[in-house]
Amino acid sequence: MPAENEPLPVLSAPTPLPQPIDFRLMAFLYLRGVPVGIYFFTGGKTFVVPMKHFFARYIGGRGGSRPLDFWGVGVPLVALALSVPVLVVLSSVFKPTGEVWRHLAATVLPDYVGNSLLLMLGVGFGTLLIGVSCAWVCTLCRFPGRRFFQWALLLPMAMPAYIIAYTYTGMLDFTGPLQTALRAWFEWGHGDYWFPEIRSLPGAVLMLSLVLYPYVYLLARAAFLEQSVCVLEASRTLGCGPWRSFFSVALPMARPAIIAGLTLALMETLADFGTVQYFGVDTFTTGIFRTWYGLGDIDAASQLAALMMTFVLVLIVLERWSRHRARYHNTGQRHQDLPGYQLCGGRALAAFAVCLLPLMLGFLLPAAQLGAWAWATWEHTFDADFLVLMRNSLLLAAGAALLTLTLALLLAYGKRLRPTPVIRVGVQVASMGYAVPGLVIAIGVIIPFAWLDNTVDSWMRDNFNISTGLLLSGTVAALLFAYVARFMAVALHAVEAGLGKVKQSMDDAARVMGMRPFQVLRRVHLPVLRGSLLTALLLVFVDVLKELPATLVLRPFNFNTLAVRAFELASDEFLAESSLAALAIVAAGIVPVILLSLTIARSRREQK
Amino acid sequence: MHRLCSFMVPLLLLAFSVAGAPTSAAADEVNIYSARQEALIKPLLDRFSELSGIKVNLVAGRPEALLQRLQSEGRNSPADLLLTVDAGNLSRAMVAGVFQPVESAVLSAVIPANLRDPEGHWFGLSKRARVIIYAKDRFDPAGISTYADLANPELGNKICIRSSSNVYNQSLVASRIAHGGEEAAEEWVRGLMANLARPPRGGDRDQIRAVAAGQCDVAVVNTYYIGGMANGNEADQAAVAAIGLIWPDQDGYGTHINVSGAGVTKYAGNRDNAVKLLEFLVSEEAQSWYASANYEFPVRSGVELSDTLAAWGEFKADDLDLARLGEYNPEAVRLMDRAGWR
Repeated sequence: MPAENEPLPVLSAPTPLPQPIDFRLMAFLYLRGVPVGIYFFTGGKTFVVPMKHFFARYIGGRGGSRPLDFWGVGVPLVALALSVPVLVVLSSVFKPTGEVWRHLAATVLPDYVGNSLLLMLGVGFGTLLIGVSCAWVCTLCRFPGRRFFQWALLLPMAMPAYIIAYTYTGMLDFTGPLQTALRAWFEWGHGDYWFPEIRSLPGAVLMLSLVLYPYVYLLARAAFLEQSVCVLEASRTLGCGPWRSFFSVALPMARPAIIAGLTLALMETLADFGTVQYFGVDTFTTGIFRTWYGLGDIDAASQLAALMMTFVLVLIVLERWSRHRARYHNTGQRHQDLPGYQLCGGRALAAFAVCLLPLMLGFLLPAAQLGAWAWATWEHTFDADFLVLMRNSLLLAAGAALLTLTLALLLAYGKRLRPTPVIRVGVQVASMGYAVPGLVIAIGVIIPFAWLDNTVDSWMRDNFNISTGLLLSGTVAALLFAYVARFMAVALHAVEAGLGKVKQSMDDAARVMGMRPFQVLRRVHLPVLRGSLLTALLLVFVDVLKELPATLVLRPFNFNTLAVRAFELASDEFLAESSLAALAIVAAGIVPVILLSLTIARSRREQK
Repeated sequence: MHRLCSFMVPLLLLAFSVAGAPTSAAADEVNIYSARQEALIKPLLDRFSELSGIKVNLVAGRPEALLQRLQSEGRNSPADLLLTVDAGNLSRAMVAGVFQPVESAVLSAVIPANLRDPEGHWFGLSKRARVIIYAKDRFDPAGISTYADLANPELGNKICIRSSSNVYNQSLVASRIAHGGEEAAEEWVRGLMANLARPPRGGDRDQIRAVAAGQCDVAVVNTYYIGGMANGNEADQAAVAAIGLIWPDQDGYGTHINVSGAGVTKYAGNRDNAVKLLEFLVSEEAQSWYASANYEFPVRSGVELSDTLAAWGEFKADDLDLARLGEYNPEAVRLMDRAGWR
């Protein structure tokens, strides 16, 4: 602290301000009741920052030049709008619900927390193991079938988790064909033999790992493809064997990408409801719905959801912290074909098996079962309505994907232009929706949209005697908004990963040549980012195709999708009848998955 | 940006045109928020449109979420009718104030008083009973005649039942609380939990299959699942053939029943059409459809039952005021949390 009579240093804008700010060590300086400046106590010193510079620096943008242009104002506003559903949920923490919490804490809360943690741990391990090993084998090794596996390994992504759960239960349960056949052959009865119970926590871990590993695989593979050959070769010349060079060079270099994939997988795990509910595993999500439906306490349920979100935030912060300030860039400018380890004999067989197993379990087997069921029932499940379902699903998914991508690009680019705390936090909150169960997001959309509609309606009635009714609630617009809020994280991850690869010097060069920020985005970044953008687009497309709970509540009258049809039948235990719709979701998801894979492969070739 | 705009704008227009304008009060329409699945209600609605010329618009979804949507939309809500399952949901909607009282001579004449709200906020449209089933080949049903018997230690490791997150089980426990008080109900749940053959999982059909396959000897299920499976595929028919049915509490309060039902919304723009639809849903034709296609019991007396239902015989139903089930539902869930019913 400076001596008492010494004048405080007043910072002008260009001076670097303390970054990051510790908001606990701030105070406002008031002049006639108007805040004109802010005190900072940091590093043993006290600063006074004039208010206008504070805005310029922390909210508006860099250096205070035109802080209130589109990027300074529009991007935080978009982020805020997309954060609304999450904020509605978070706002519940201010409501008093002490008694319900005491009951939950004394009875079921430990189970919810414990099971959620175990589930995340299991799925984290499973997706990493499958995703990274397959990505490495497919990228760096040469063995028969490699080209096929490169894209086929993405296929399980098209399989909704609840569908695969229903399918495996149908096959492996005590009353399923496999165990029934075993009992018949060996004349066993109940309790005479041991068989793994599919409907259990380990079963849920397996199901979720099988459909979520593609996120890790996809991002890890893209990262391995981008790695400069020089680095790998340098490691080999320094005496690393293939394994060592993988563990000490390639893997750490790919870490941000792998973690990004893992984060997506874990967020989706936490938000999953269909699988854990069917398997009787009590997690946070099932707890939220039990508290809401059963105890009839929506506030306590929202608070559980808020607690769950802090879970995710802590994870993200921990990871950032563990990375410290390390950044990962490839030094090599030019790429050549990766060297590749030629495998033959037993090793090639092993690589083949490593790739075949997840594909088999995550896609081929359940798809075959669905196919068999669909074949047996299609005569009374396929009708003209079915085509309408397909059209609705595809249009919704395409619309939501384009919208999400556009906004993700805006947010990511805004954050790159003006990495102010407000924009950074805003973008982070806007991408929290992925960790929230779809139904909770839906409630976070219903409440503010209905409020907005009713406010407009009242105002119009009072002033013009016209009733506008509900403008947005119950329309596809509300549904699209919910999708964007829910799946923003997926698109943002992909776009930010892509933008991260574009060096700042490229932006600067373009700006020096007189381009405006939008022009830089359009003429420099968009062409470079094409691969990442397509990835984002297709990931959201597939996710929307599978989305269920928000669609169910928010949809307009007489509006059905494939996921709705599949779930309605499956949840009423008509597994066979639901299979055609489920299969159609999978089929519609396959096309983008293949496109995605082609793009990734091409991106490598074009960079040469 | 031009390129972005040039594909976004038509796309959004397209999206809106798919949705159409939000439906509201129009001449010959009625708008329904339904917690019953579309497949279980659509044929009846189509038949209603055919007979009356009134177009029916439907959104089907989770009961609690639809209630939230209805509440939030307030006086501008397009919904005229909220259709839902379980008395607990009906009374919760009534407490939330989304229904309006309806007076209809037809409805009050046809529907027994304990299956509807006395002021006409909601009306039960079909009944289902929660019964006990057993494996015919290896279990002697003589020892079980009441729900209370399920807590008998002799049934250790023999019972299958689904999760307590399911509203049918919540209502069953709520009815135990209503009849015998909370302490007795908790005692009963603890006894039941001690007798489970496996942790609660799956739906009611799974319990039926598990009994047939030998995983447990006794289970608690809703009647219409048995009916559905008895008329389902070969494996399901075989499963139903292997089980016997017990109507519990025939010498006491009667077997626990519940309803699916509906109420006209407070701000219904098509109130008259909504009432017409309700009246159609309790007509002879609609009620016999419930019985034959859905295997539910009609609320209207004198409707001919399908063979499946008729084969089960007559039973004495618990005439507990169904509104009480909703009242005790939160207490039931807490109790089950405490007793470790997952």
